Amino acid sequence: MAQPFVVGVIETVIGPVPVVSAQLSLADRWGTVKVRLDFGRMDYQVEPGLYALGAPGARSPILVTANYKLSFDSLRRHLVGRDLWLLVLDTRGVNVWCAAGKGTFGTDELAARLRDSGLARLVDHRQVILPQLAGPGVAAHRIPPATGFTVRYGPILAADLPAYLDGGCRATPAMRYRHFPWQERLLLSPLEVLLAVKGSLPLFLLLALLFGLGPGDGYLRKVFAQGLAGLPVYGAGVLGGAFLTPLFLPWLPGRAFALKGAAAGLLVAAVLLVVLPFRHWLQNAGALALVAVLSSYWGMKFTGASTYTSLSGVKKEMRLAVPLQLAVGVIGLGCWLAAGFLLGG
Amino acid sequence: MSRLTYLKDVATLALDRQRCVGCGMCVAVCPRAVLVMADGRANIQDRDDCMECGACARNCPVAAVAVQAGVGCAEAVINRMLGRKSGACCCLGEDGEISAAGSQDGRGCC
Repeated sequence: MAQPFVVGVIETVIGPVPVVSAQLSLADRWGTVKVRLDFGRMDYQVEPGLYALGAPGARSPILVTANYKLSFDSLRRHLVGRDLWLLVLDTRGVNVWCAAGKGTFGTDELAARLRDSGLARLVDHRQVILPQLAGPGVAAHRIPPATGFTVRYGPILAADLPAYLDGGCRATPAMRYRHFPWQERLLLSPLEVLLAVKGSLPLFLLLALLFGLGPGDGYLRKVFAQGLAGLPVYGAGVLGGAFLTPLFLPWLPGRAFALKGAAAGLLVAAVLLVVLPFRHWLQNAGALALVAVLSSYWGMKFTGASTYTSLSGVKKEMRLAVPLQLAVGVIGLGCWLAAGFLLGG
Repeated sequence: MSRLTYLKDVATLALDRQRCVGCGMCVAVCPRAVLVMADGRANIQDRDDCMECGACARNCPVAAVAVQAGVGCAEAVINRMLGRKSGACCCLGEDGEISAAGSQDGRGCC
């Protein structure tokens, strides 16, 4: 594949090694924006293998990363002015943490990549630095017998690497804790909202088609009119679950994400109904239920992009939340359908 | 910095302190500061902080740590229930690095 971020080649005892720049180009930055908006997110890769950053030599540290280009870019842009070897594993375009969870950023891949890279002849030390979040995939104690290299876990964030390297490869407790600040949650929100808009569309269309069933003339006209009436409900549900829930996560009540989502949804629905009340109280009740359910559902889905939910916990909350969401959803739909019949076309 | 905590009394993390050799690898890899060193051995500080990523168990050379590792992702649970292997699930990495979850082995998220 064409790799425009490779700016040259250095000749070494193991042959030519591509050199990458620590400066991100306009194309790199544009690529990041596109991925955040879900364009080509599934295939944003770097060729696995060994790269040189700056002008590394036999004593330069070796950093290991995933071949997701966003991870690779995040790593190099924090290493301006340094001379390092970068070993990129084949994680099939998935970031370090998720690939480690899958096992693609794993013990066997690291061992094979270390052996095949020729690094043992290139450097005179025997240490590789892994991102801490590779931990779920790599059994560090199995690497030395297989390769002769020892594994050190670096910090979680590439931004902490300079301090880690300058401090004699020691990570502070703060570097080892995976925070989830609002800035990061905000950064995720465009993608969350996009996925929720796409994911809720079939439900919205189904609603519109159902609403044409009431009395009065002109099925399509009613579908259109009621469909338009459903638009604020759809929008409020997405806003509550995919935007407000991630952003206000620590301050929403409860611990379960479905509950936090429902709370955010009720808040948005309350504002909506005060500003833009529907004609019939049944419609208002239905809107309240549907917005709460949609928001609860998309809030629950945010467990996947959060940094602290366990599988046991997600299963526990889903056992309660999913039947409730379905029940309240059916009630909401029923209210709105009933209103359609009562109001007529 | 607000510290986020998920549901109480669900995490499956278990530590056999008798078997622990005190290497500290579990403490180093834990991204939630669940494990700490005490008297030369690992200790569970607060099990409710555990997200079951499995890094500690994977990196324990004497199998003193055990956890049912998995990814806490509702979409993955839904996909598994529906018998699907992939979806438009997001998977969050190191620093806002959301990527495809990528499921060649059908394990974990999506």
